[in-house]
Amino acid sequence: MSEKVSVAEHDEFREHCRRWLEENRPPPPGSPLPQAAYEVTDPDHRAYLCDWQAKCYEAELIATDVPREYGGHGHRNLQAIASAEVRRAGVPYFINWIGLGMTAPTLLVHGTEEQKKRFLPPIFTAEEIWCQGFSEPGAGSDLVSLQTSAVRDGDNWIVNGSKVWTSLGALASWMLLLARTDKDDKYNGITYFLAPMSQAGVTVRPIRKMTGEAGFNEVFLENVVVPDHLRVDEVGAGWKVAMSTLTSERGAAAGVGAIASSESPLSGVLQVIELAKRTKRNGRAVWHDPVWRDRIVKLYERTEAIVQNGRRARIKALNGGAMRIPLQGKLVGSEIGQELGEVALGILGMQSSLYVGDENAVDDGRWPLGYMNSYTGTISGGSSEIQRNILGERVLGLPKTK
Amino acid sequence: MTEKTTEKTQPRDFGFDDEIGMLKDAVRRFFDGQQPVVQLRPHLHGTEDPHTGTERTGWYDPAAWQQMIDLGWHLLAVPESAGGIGMGLVAAAAIQEEIGRAACPTPLTSTLQATFVLREANAGIQLARIAEGSSMALAMYGEDGALETDSTDVTAAGKRLTGTSWYVQDAQKVDGFIVAARAATGVGLYYVGKGAVALRHDRIVDLTRDQGRIVLQDCEAEVIAEPGAGDAVLARALPALLTLISADIAGAAEWQLQTTAEYAKVRVQFDRPIGFFQAVKHPIVNMMIAADETRSLVYNAACAYDYDPDDALRCALLAKSCASDTAAFCSNRSTQLHGGIGFTWEADVQIYHKRQMHSQFLFGDGAWQRERLAELL
Repeated sequence: MSEKVSVAEHDEFREHCRRWLEENRPPPPGSPLPQAAYEVTDPDHRAYLCDWQAKCYEAELIATDVPREYGGHGHRNLQAIASAEVRRAGVPYFINWIGLGMTAPTLLVHGTEEQKKRFLPPIFTAEEIWCQGFSEPGAGSDLVSLQTSAVRDGDNWIVNGSKVWTSLGALASWMLLLARTDKDDKYNGITYFLAPMSQAGVTVRPIRKMTGEAGFNEVFLENVVVPDHLRVDEVGAGWKVAMSTLTSERGAAAGVGAIASSESPLSGVLQVIELAKRTKRNGRAVWHDPVWRDRIVKLYERTEAIVQNGRRARIKALNGGAMRIPLQGKLVGSEIGQELGEVALGILGMQSSLYVGDENAVDDGRWPLGYMNSYTGTISGGSSEIQRNILGERVLGLPKTK
Repeated sequence: MTEKTTEKTQPRDFGFDDEIGMLKDAVRRFFDGQQPVVQLRPHLHGTEDPHTGTERTGWYDPAAWQQMIDLGWHLLAVPESAGGIGMGLVAAAAIQEEIGRAACPTPLTSTLQATFVLREANAGIQLARIAEGSSMALAMYGEDGALETDSTDVTAAGKRLTGTSWYVQDAQKVDGFIVAARAATGVGLYYVGKGAVALRHDRIVDLTRDQGRIVLQDCEAEVIAEPGAGDAVLARALPALLTLISADIAGAAEWQLQTTAEYAKVRVQFDRPIGFFQAVKHPIVNMMIAADETRSLVYNAACAYDYDPDDALRCALLAKSCASDTAAFCSNRSTQLHGGIGFTWEADVQIYHKRQMHSQFLFGDGAWQRERLAELL
């Protein structure tokens, strides 16, 4: 359990966060931001978002609880408050979500002193953006079968292979890289590196998604040199370290900043309710159709359950074990998000055909766009199917599928 | 649209303090020792066949009920002014969750519900009676089972009641009834002892409860809420009633989850425990998700009733909306994933499945709660 902080200190810090966010909310950028941080490609958006993240860091909303020697603000147990206030404020997202959500938590546990001092501060300020090099064309859900190789060459490792689905790959200066250092040992033959992106042999090629946007990338690694001091943990310990990274990604760790969503969990469903109230079909609001209303309110109920699950997860006597609720977060959140998207299209009916760029599209076409992008949530970071394996095996003790 | 955030006015820990934690553990250990379902089994002999079986009585263990009274569980939510302990719905729901987990037939379930109705009516005399060890059940519904608080078929003339009250839970187990009755000026609430009414047993699916009609023929009653005031009392108590039944469902759903997961670890087919197969593993995980959503919404609803009454109805409707659906889903999966054995009388999954089928509709199913919720959104 975390150490208790005085109520007065809590309240004072919450007040600071609220006031600061209210007074420093940035004006919107010249062109609308994509729906999520992983879709950012435009250099103007990048500059705008890096500037915003740096300001939030200065205001102690990021790295709130991280020790000062690593560039943090050295508080205790205030990060959750800062993150909650950031989500509640409805401000732009943090572009360096991989750095904040995965690199920083991983380095805080597994990194050397030098690595923490070198890499953590520019993550917090967004001076260095990170991407994740885990998945490969032949290793998605079955991540452990990855083939990108790292071969020792004196003080360096020579890396060859390719990574795929690399969000922010075109903007990142560093990659969290999993590479195979032993072909004969599946689980203990993987090593975890911090790989520089701006060097010869690294080629980034955008992948176009079903939405038409180019949000993520393929990354080809050809004789890429990674010095041994950029290895994280022991040679062969990569799988173990990766699991702790993915745990962070799935929302199980306290983290160092509000990632994944810049909105509170309920805002999505409240927007859909609002859409149903203002969308008319056959002369009446869709909200007054009991069939649609039941589906929408069911999603409202499940969303409130996510909020209350988050509250219960921190109560030892009621949470059913430390990992039981946190490991459900990504699965449930992404599936509810997807159903919300489906319901929104249903509310719109024929109007859902009007896409981004059409002058008559409802809300500039964000509903069909959001629905399609919801598959990012149910597929990436371990698909829903993999999440159910993990929950069945780790929480309920069912026999391992593999 | 303003966004409701429960965290400002409610304690973050759902008001679940160490005292309630110890109480809940004690209740759980009590039922682990009692094994109510095992004790119930012999009392079902001969009643099994719906076509030819003998009538089933509303069996419960009177010795266990006396032990609960000795432990003070019956008066836990009775105010101190009426001789009780004065704890809130957070504590009562914690107990009810364990009753549900044990699928225990007990007058405590109805008595806890009655306690919250009496609290909302400031009915000190009847609350004191509970504190002294009397059990009570609610008699609120008319023949069509309509869920509005004014659906009663009983009429009141002064202090005298006439008519039939339907779908009375645990009717055979309790010492008296809180009866909703209609007079010219509206619905009132009354207390009648079991000796004053004629009881007709329903033959019901659920083996762990009994249900009946109580027939009143010019019955002398104590007034709990005057005609015209009864509706409002029931409306104020409704969040507590919804939360308690949802807590019962949450406890039973956790039993269904754990029992099904254990079965999937030991039942071998195709040379492997069936839990290895994703067609079995994944639905069990879906049971866990449903059970967890329900539990979280139950704790939230109980906390709201105790600490944030303005938000209590919304939170309770959310809890029962979720719980009703969970009752149906976890029951369905528990029987299906147990295969042939799950379909038998012999397996305890049928007992929980049928308790859940009953609970799903008590105080309204999920769709009903969502219809009410929509009015608040």
